[in-house]
Amino acid sequence: MTTLLDVKNVSKTFVVGKGFMGSRKAKLQALHDISFSVGEGESFGIVGESGCGKSTAGRSILRLVEPDAGQVFYQGEDLLTANRKRMRALRREIQIIFQDPYASLNPRLTIGRTLAEPMLLHGVATRRDVEEKIQSVLAEVGLPPQAMQKYPHEFSGGQRQRIGIARALALDPRLIIADEPVSALDVSIQAQVLQLMEKLQRTRRLSFVFISHDLGVVRHFCRQVAVMYLGRIVEKGSVNDVFEEPLHPYTQALRAASPVPDPRAKITVAKIEGDAASAMSPPSGCHFHPRCPKAMDICRREYPAWREVGHRGVACHLYPAKAGDAHAA
Amino acid sequence: MSDTLNSPLQPVLSVENITTEFRINGAWHPAVRDLSFSVKPNETLAIVGESGCGKSITALSVMRLISKTQGRISSGSIRLQGRDLLACSEREMEAIRGDAMSMIFQEPMTSLNPVMTIGDQIAESLRYHRGLSRRQANARALELLELVKIPSAPSRFKDYPHQFSGGMRQRVMIAMALACDPQLLLADEPTTALDVTIQVQILALLAELKERTGMAMVFITHNLGVVASIADRVAVMYGGRIIEEAPVEQLFDRPTHPYTEALLRSMPRVDRDRSELHPIPGQVPPITVRTPGCRYADRCPLRIERCIREVPPLAPVGGNPHHTARCWVRADLPVQESIAS
Repeated sequence: MTTLLDVKNVSKTFVVGKGFMGSRKAKLQALHDISFSVGEGESFGIVGESGCGKSTAGRSILRLVEPDAGQVFYQGEDLLTANRKRMRALRREIQIIFQDPYASLNPRLTIGRTLAEPMLLHGVATRRDVEEKIQSVLAEVGLPPQAMQKYPHEFSGGQRQRIGIARALALDPRLIIADEPVSALDVSIQAQVLQLMEKLQRTRRLSFVFISHDLGVVRHFCRQVAVMYLGRIVEKGSVNDVFEEPLHPYTQALRAASPVPDPRAKITVAKIEGDAASAMSPPSGCHFHPRCPKAMDICRREYPAWREVGHRGVACHLYPAKAGDAHAA
Repeated sequence: MSDTLNSPLQPVLSVENITTEFRINGAWHPAVRDLSFSVKPNETLAIVGESGCGKSITALSVMRLISKTQGRISSGSIRLQGRDLLACSEREMEAIRGDAMSMIFQEPMTSLNPVMTIGDQIAESLRYHRGLSRRQANARALELLELVKIPSAPSRFKDYPHQFSGGMRQRVMIAMALACDPQLLLADEPTTALDVTIQVQILALLAELKERTGMAMVFITHNLGVVASIADRVAVMYGGRIIEEAPVEQLFDRPTHPYTEALLRSMPRVDRDRSELHPIPGQVPPITVRTPGCRYADRCPLRIERCIREVPPLAPVGGNPHHTARCWVRADLPVQESIAS
């Protein structure tokens, strides 16, 4: 499989005004040394809880958030150094869909105009064939042709997400950043939208960066997954490995806490106590150590280096680090 | 867990044949139809269903919190420990809410007063319902904060809601709800806005408090995984009706109504290797659309002629009186008997 997207050591710190009149500034490290890559036609999942940085990771690929450091290679070209004109052209190939399509659709535009605008702007369609192209993309996402004349409020949540997907497809992208695309939908509708995205992935050979807090959805849709905690990737590997036999104690806790529709399933790992710390003042050493049932002395002092365990990577002192790797994190 | 099923205890709450309607464009439309259920002490009944199925309206009906201008409970009865709530005046209801029964919601921030310390908010309920002095109420409020496991509770007593995290705010809400030892707690999606590692903590806390106080709990959720972990008994709602009801293990072992079965098959699971998803085609009919038969009929693969014409009654499944379903095809409905009904 050829690599389509290669994210290397991306970091991002936000400066947050704090206190009255913004007198004190605080730093929030949203991303710390994030690396992952996505193959052509592959779905890569990013999971984690609120505030872990997963959405910022997705947005920094498109430079909707400008990273402070690192590289984002798309087909070998670094997006972070591309100029505005080039970036505009590349945004045609990399599209994003959001959790709440209603918030990202203009309520005053018909669906037809919403879809026509980017097509005409990017020269994907001409005035003459734009309608035909819109009809074909609507059909592809399972919406009737009459949808063109309607406004966003006339659709249900599931249909709106289909419109969000249609808009992303309008420009013939190769990579889609999907930020919690099914989280606002009821399960029966969620399954419809997931099935649509799977179909599109097959027929168009699309790649996805799929961001979600729902481990079940990620396990279903993705092949590879990264688990994030307070701005860092703590574990990475195939979904089966990571969810069947999680290595990092945080992944273990997340997996154990994810509800399964089986009344006999017992939570096997001691549930973790406390809240996640704030990204404004992450704990010393491993950020997870205050909640970790297996925390050791070294965990309080030193952030664990990234280490390979089989086909997986994990940032945890419980696993042996290779001698040469100690400084690599 | 399920020994409450056969216990002789009288139900704390018993809802019989209620219909709750709303006025839309001048006509009344039912959001909850002919709904009956009951809960016993120390029992958790989960009501599960998707958006618009009527699960929250059910809880608001029990609390008598349906807006009077746009809504009404047009028939049926709701009894809390034998007392007919539909016959109570608003003043009487105010004395009951927060005392004999209380409710917690999805978003604690919208139910907490942002300009009042959390200690005062909990104490307020005790002073109102129990007539405690400020000092007594504060002492009890602090005990409650400790009961719901707020770390270093004494120092947080004078904090405001915005100084708490989402999980801690929900703990505060639970403390307020339990202040007067209610016999019934209605919990409407109380963990939906929380991260999963926090959700398990809140679910464990609710289960522990239920066990300790012996209260009955009605837990409303859309999440079948949460149902599996907290419920003793489950009622599945669709289109304003309970379409299946069973003890939790039986519901997951033998989902009988085609909707319950489809719901389980459409849920991606973290404990299973990538498996085929089976979405439910179509969507829920809006409440303004009237249908003479089963509300699920137009999406149902097992539909027969009768499903379109007539609403099926809740009938036992496999001869088990504790497991019932509203389905002409799958429930035990002998031909003669169903014609007679």
